[in-house]
Amino acid sequence: MSSDLTENTIQEAQTPKRPRWGRLLAWLGLIALLLLLFTALRRSQQGPVGVGKKAPDFTLTTFDGDQISLSELGGKVVVLNFWASWCKPCEQEAADLEAAWRLYQPGAEVVFLGVDWTDTEVKAKQYLEKFDITYPNGPDLGTRISQAYRTTGVPETYIIDKDGTLAYVKFSPFISLNEITNAIDPLLDE
Amino acid sequence: MIANIGYGILFITLLVSIYGVGAAYYGARKNDPRWIESARLSMLLTFPLITLSSLSLIYLLVTGRFEHQFVQSVTSSSMPIYLRVTALWGGQSGSLVFWSWLLAAFASSVTLRKWDRDREFLPWVIVVSLVTLAFFLILVVFFENPFTRFWQLPGGDIRAAMFQPQGSSLFLPRDGTGLNPLLRHPGMIIHPPMLYLGFVSFVVPFAFGIAALVTGRTDDRWIRITRRWSLVAWLFLSLGLLLGGRWAYDVLGWGGYWGWDPVEIAAFMPWLTGTAFLHSVMIQEKRGMLKRWNMVLIILTYSLVIFGTFLTRSGVLSSVHAFAQSAIGPLFFAYIGLTFTISLALLLSRWDELKAEGEMTSLLSREALFLLNNLLFMGILVVCFWGVIFPLISELVTGQKVTVGPPFYERATAPLFAGLLLLMGIAPLAAWRHSTFKTLGRTVWKPSLISLIVPVYAFIRGIHQPAALLGFWLAAFVAFVTLHEFWRGARARAKRSGENLFTALWRLAGRNRRRYGGYIIHLGVVLMAIGIIGIEIFQVETQGTLAQGEQITLENYTLTYNSLAVFDTDDGRNVARAVIGVEKSGDYVGDLHPRRDYYLDSQQPMTIPGVRSTWEEDLYVLLVDWQPVSTNSATFKVYKNPLVNWLWFGGLVFIFGTLVAAWPDRDPEPVPVRKKKSSYAAAEA
Amino acid sequence: MPPLKLENKMTFRKQFARSNIPNSVDSFWILTFIAALALSLSLALPVVSSANAQSDNPQPPTDDDVNAVAKQLYCPVCENTPLDVCPTQACEEWRQLIYDKLALGWNEDQIKVYFVDQYGDRVLAEPPARGLNWLVYIIPPLVFLVGLFVVYRALQAWKKTPDTDQSRLPDNIESDEYIQRLEEDLKNL
Repeated sequence: MSSDLTENTIQEAQTPKRPRWGRLLAWLGLIALLLLLFTALRRSQQGPVGVGKKAPDFTLTTFDGDQISLSELGGKVVVLNFWASWCKPCEQEAADLEAAWRLYQPGAEVVFLGVDWTDTEVKAKQYLEKFDITYPNGPDLGTRISQAYRTTGVPETYIIDKDGTLAYVKFSPFISLNEITNAIDPLLDE
Repeated sequence: MIANIGYGILFITLLVSIYGVGAAYYGARKNDPRWIESARLSMLLTFPLITLSSLSLIYLLVTGRFEHQFVQSVTSSSMPIYLRVTALWGGQSGSLVFWSWLLAAFASSVTLRKWDRDREFLPWVIVVSLVTLAFFLILVVFFENPFTRFWQLPGGDIRAAMFQPQGSSLFLPRDGTGLNPLLRHPGMIIHPPMLYLGFVSFVVPFAFGIAALVTGRTDDRWIRITRRWSLVAWLFLSLGLLLGGRWAYDVLGWGGYWGWDPVEIAAFMPWLTGTAFLHSVMIQEKRGMLKRWNMVLIILTYSLVIFGTFLTRSGVLSSVHAFAQSAIGPLFFAYIGLTFTISLALLLSRWDELKAEGEMTSLLSREALFLLNNLLFMGILVVCFWGVIFPLISELVTGQKVTVGPPFYERATAPLFAGLLLLMGIAPLAAWRHSTFKTLGRTVWKPSLISLIVPVYAFIRGIHQPAALLGFWLAAFVAFVTLHEFWRGARARAKRSGENLFTALWRLAGRNRRRYGGYIIHLGVVLMAIGIIGIEIFQVETQGTLAQGEQITLENYTLTYNSLAVFDTDDGRNVARAVIGVEKSGDYVGDLHPRRDYYLDSQQPMTIPGVRSTWEEDLYVLLVDWQPVSTNSATFKVYKNPLVNWLWFGGLVFIFGTLVAAWPDRDPEPVPVRKKKSSYAAAEA
Repeated sequence: MPPLKLENKMTFRKQFARSNIPNSVDSFWILTFIAALALSLSLALPVVSSANAQSDNPQPPTDDDVNAVAKQLYCPVCENTPLDVCPTQACEEWRQLIYDKLALGWNEDQIKVYFVDQYGDRVLAEPPARGLNWLVYIIPPLVFLVGLFVVYRALQAWKKTPDTDQSRLPDNIESDEYIQRLEEDLKNL
């Protein structure tokens, strides 16, 4: 025991104080890891973009080849609907969405956009034909749009008001045409 | 009623744990044995309490009380009794209760040992164990409560809550969803308990390590105490991983046993540091070196256990293994922050006192090779850890989600595993303390040359892949060296004691269980390596849609789709069972019965392969269930997995070796010593 | 100098064996050995030969052709599930997509690029080597080399003086036995 003590003191006397970069590195590593976990956790708990927030911008390339950006649609109400051909509940609202589109189309104040999430083009086009959908639809290339809105599945609908703020969200299929119009009409008066 | 009792007991246990932490801490600070004894008793008390609570939960499961949310989610009326018991760990909240029960069991058994020589450790071991237990109990009591019930509110909505909301009445669902079909397989029943046992039992060596840091007893006492604990913990963890692999192979239906899924890796990482720890403690015991490193390793092992549990249960990663997202994430994060920070602070505070006692004299000594072994294990750990957290970093920094999958892990870890295999062969030949390139080279060249026979033979038989040849050579090399160690020891003993070789071997192993158990484990690893080389490098597959009577071929196998039977079973399954006739090289060798089970209650299918197993290979036939299945046509996927049964057999040898190593050594033989009469009389007095 | 008797010769050899003289030689050899091993092993690994790039395949693609490509892609929806074993309808449609593209004569790389465009980098089995993703591939070998260096320095630092450490146990098979006997005696004290 005593030999250890003397050894220690001799050691300290002989060698200069070693740089404490090892300890610094260890603490920095720990802090970095905790920071990473914290942000990853926060992100996973975040959920989709909430009502009242600014709607994330995106560019949709439709199946016809057109490019539509949200930023260019300022001054209009935008109905952003996420769907997929393999999604059974999406079919429940498909007809209603198309009917709503035809209702608002003459007024030119509302734009309907369909984002086809992780789907195949062939099946998507079959789906669109089946429900005779005429408003613009395009694939979610690179799943960038769904990631921007942090969607958790399909169908989901995000209604953006004329100022570009998210005004209404729906995480299940619309039950009726009325439900859609009830959501859109208040935004037209603004 | 039962639920209230069960929940209440858990709450009381939580209070008891918190009391124990406080009492132990206070007793240690004031050096008052009465408080420490009180803390020890409270730790002992937690076990019967949690047992009662678990039993009440099991009672609810077995009697099918579906008004309880947890019971409804994991059982159904068509499930047999034994499955309802195992459903305890079939869901998040139940498995947390199960975890707590195991932790209480281990913590309590630790307190029952003789503490005479290590009194100063006791309070800190209690603190660490009870803090961990308290954490898991907080998770259960406040966040993931298995005792919540369904209540029907006046408006008609159903809500799950522990205590009855105003104006509501108890809601009784008609039936439960039932356990996920994947979890109903025997291998799956035992895999989570084994894993949890492995995770939980590592708390004990960690607690002793922390105790050593706090009390300043930086000698290897804490290692000697926990030697058997660590081995047993490692045994359970290894068993859990092996069973997981076997289960994946048997029922998951993709012809493999390990997918490098993040959750699998999360369980693998503590195993890596645990194995490194088991090796490097030998250096500390023999030479008094690597004290700091051993402390780092045990802290890492515990931290990785908690970290892995966090990843699996918090929803940060989504995978087929992970539990559904829940609210326990933030609390887990807080716990991780707390334990990592305190451990690091303690370690750094005692850093200078953990100086090595011995010195390294030669870079090829066994100590140096063990150090290399640790380096390789750490290398694999870094690959795994980085691969798991990188997707999180990527999403954070670039917003892009990426997958880090098997090609990355396999390419990065294969050389490291090969290096470990090589070391397994060289290390037994290196001497403690000193070995030069010459002396080591002298002992190494013979086995390396002789073992070359194996790859040469393989080459002649048509195997030309360099990786396979290298792997086989290394495997043979290690096997040869290890068997030679047995031979050498037995022969030396037989010469000395006059016994025959077998008795000598038996007695020798009996007296040195750790060493020879370790060698058996290495042999097990060699066998597993052979199996892994076979299936990873030489697996072939094919898929085809067959009408009844049609055939599909895979190399020298011809399979004929003979018939299909579709029927319902008593335990709620709709089964489609195909009969496949198998011919190997033209000879009929039997029938296989791949089937698709559709579980009506949970509406989930499961594919069970038909497998023909031999030492040479497995013929593995799957009914591809997402194609229409009928007697007209059915789609089959066929795998040929060479040498895979060496993997499972090697696993058995591995476990056997661990049992041998963990078994208490017999008392050493009395060696007759001639003493002078006077000293003998003096000793008697 | 006295003539070297047999015992002296043995002692001399023993001393020589125990000395620290060839330490830098040892360390050099050991490090080159490891490096050579690692290098040879990483080169010895079979390059995962993907399905041959067939641009003009007159026959319809078989299930095996589809699976060969699907094996290397991951389901965009369900995490960490390869496309050839994923049972969902969406995955079934993606396999159909691979089939269609193969029938059109696309090769494996073209199909992979298409999938990445459509569904993001996530569908690949490893992050594509660009930008931040380089870190995935660089960090582990780098850390390993750093670790190797640390081990080397630690070993060098520990080789201070010739070995005067007498305290430890005799280096033979019964060493564990002696420890146990010692423990027993201590227990009985």
